[in-house]
Amino acid sequence: MSDDLLSLEGVHTHIGRYHILQGVDLVVPRGGVTVLLGRNGAGKTTTMRTIMGLWQASRGQIRFDGRPIEALPTPEIANAGIAYVPENMGIFAGLTVKENMVLAARGGRFDQARLDWILTLFPALKRFWALPAGHLSGGQKQMLAIARAVIEPRRLLLIDEPSKGLAPAIVGALTQAFSELIADGETTILLVEQNLHMAQSLGRSVAVMDEGRIVHAGAMADLAADRDLQGRLLGLSLEPTP
Amino acid sequence: MSVANNAGADQAAALPGPGARERLGRAAPYLAVPLLAAVALVAILAQGSSLPTWVTLTVAGLAMGVMLFIMASGLTLVFGLMDVLNFGHGAFITVGAYVGVTVLLWLGPAFAADNVWLNLLAIVPAIAAAMAVAGLGGWFFERSVVAPVYGAHLKQILVTMGALIVTEQLLLAIWGPERIPINRPEALSGAFLVGDAAIERYRVYATVLGLAIFGGMVYVLRRTRVGLLVRAGVENGEMVQAMGYRVRVLFAGVFIVGSALAALGGVMWALYDEVITVHIGQNLMIMVFIVVIIGGLGSVEGCLVGALLVGLMTNYTGFLTPTLSLGSTILLMVVVLMWRPQGLIAVNKGH
Repeated sequence: MSDDLLSLEGVHTHIGRYHILQGVDLVVPRGGVTVLLGRNGAGKTTTMRTIMGLWQASRGQIRFDGRPIEALPTPEIANAGIAYVPENMGIFAGLTVKENMVLAARGGRFDQARLDWILTLFPALKRFWALPAGHLSGGQKQMLAIARAVIEPRRLLLIDEPSKGLAPAIVGALTQAFSELIADGETTILLVEQNLHMAQSLGRSVAVMDEGRIVHAGAMADLAADRDLQGRLLGLSLEPTP
Repeated sequence: MSVANNAGADQAAALPGPGARERLGRAAPYLAVPLLAAVALVAILAQGSSLPTWVTLTVAGLAMGVMLFIMASGLTLVFGLMDVLNFGHGAFITVGAYVGVTVLLWLGPAFAADNVWLNLLAIVPAIAAAMAVAGLGGWFFERSVVAPVYGAHLKQILVTMGALIVTEQLLLAIWGPERIPINRPEALSGAFLVGDAAIERYRVYATVLGLAIFGGMVYVLRRTRVGLLVRAGVENGEMVQAMGYRVRVLFAGVFIVGSALAALGGVMWALYDEVITVHIGQNLMIMVFIVVIIGGLGSVEGCLVGALLVGLMTNYTGFLTPTLSLGSTILLMVVVLMWRPQGLIAVNKGH
């Protein structure tokens, strides 16, 4: 069994007449958080959607746990053990928090211990359990989206910009929740993130995208220590602001 | 452990229950039905007609409304779930009417007998046959006509329209071009007298059946897992797939049930009009589309309210100003869309 949980080799994706992914080579090692960085429009979300089968890769191979998945329909990719939290969170606003969670537990019933653990991570969900999810705040919706993704054990979580538009306190809470999620060693997260502090505090490995390709991949610590590299890749600094 | 506690607590105070205004806003679509009835009552009395006339028209409108609801409910879910514009939906109404009426004519003696139970012995198999044939047709239609054109609205309109025409021609080839008369059996004919108002029995039975079907649909949608999946799928089908559910299978199921219900509506309409032609579905589709648009695409509750409004409006204006009968429902649609552009009960679309 290889150490890589997910690998993309030369993946191309076309959306209509636009050639978005132009040969993505990406490796997500087993365990921990891999962060996908890059400017807006670099192709990060398209990469996530292509892995999930929501866009079809026009060329290249995607392997999950050694098995090719690029030709599978989305539900089968999900059932292979990948959960997806899209940028817009994909909350069912007209369904209650409970109903959102019931759907995510595909067996139809909850593993009580796991549910209790999730509700300690995100107590707000317990409080608004019977409320339509559309009434939740932005941060609570993000918590619900993540709770849905982990109510059943999944090996890989694809999480797209969870901190977007959220207050710093909530981003801090999410960061801590992610560290707890990966603490079991069984769960791997591929995280698209623009919030560099969150990326740096969670990420073990990092890949940087630009114009539909991976332009850098390596350990997060190396990127964090090399300001020249940061400047070249991102035009930004990972140094925490005081 | 409770890392997100503060975030939740901050929001608790800022999350009030629905206020009086919001609750009124939510109830408003339902109140539109009694409001229309009240306005019509004033208009009818002002014109010099009597209260019993209004009662008769109202019952007729409700019966027509629930029949339209039964025909339209599948269409609204099909659109909500997969964004499919099915202009061929009327074909299932026509097929249902023809199959149902044919079975009733075969079982002639039982159907003509002056005995409720014998009548039911003919009507139940007729409805079952109509729904089974249309359900099967729906399955075939979804596989062969709709599946290749997912996501392409213009193609959907063209191929589903084409399928409607093909179906009508097939019916013409099998049953011929003549109008087929069908008299209601004794048990379904006649009228109840309430005060001075004569209320046709059939209209009462149709209303009760229609409301029972509505109740059943709401139960399935609100209380069962399949219903939960359908509601979630209407909001955001992509997310339901990403959670590991095969939305296509769900959609095919909804399509089949929707087709079968359209057929039931067709049989009920045939017995209401007491005559069928191959154009019955096509003629009804105008009203069915108005119902679905007024109600809010994808909403079953909205579909019922929209159908009742259209049924009542048609009957009231048919009596008050007959020349404006069809125009009035279009006017109704315009007014509703100016008030609520998404329809009376809009469905949250998560994308």
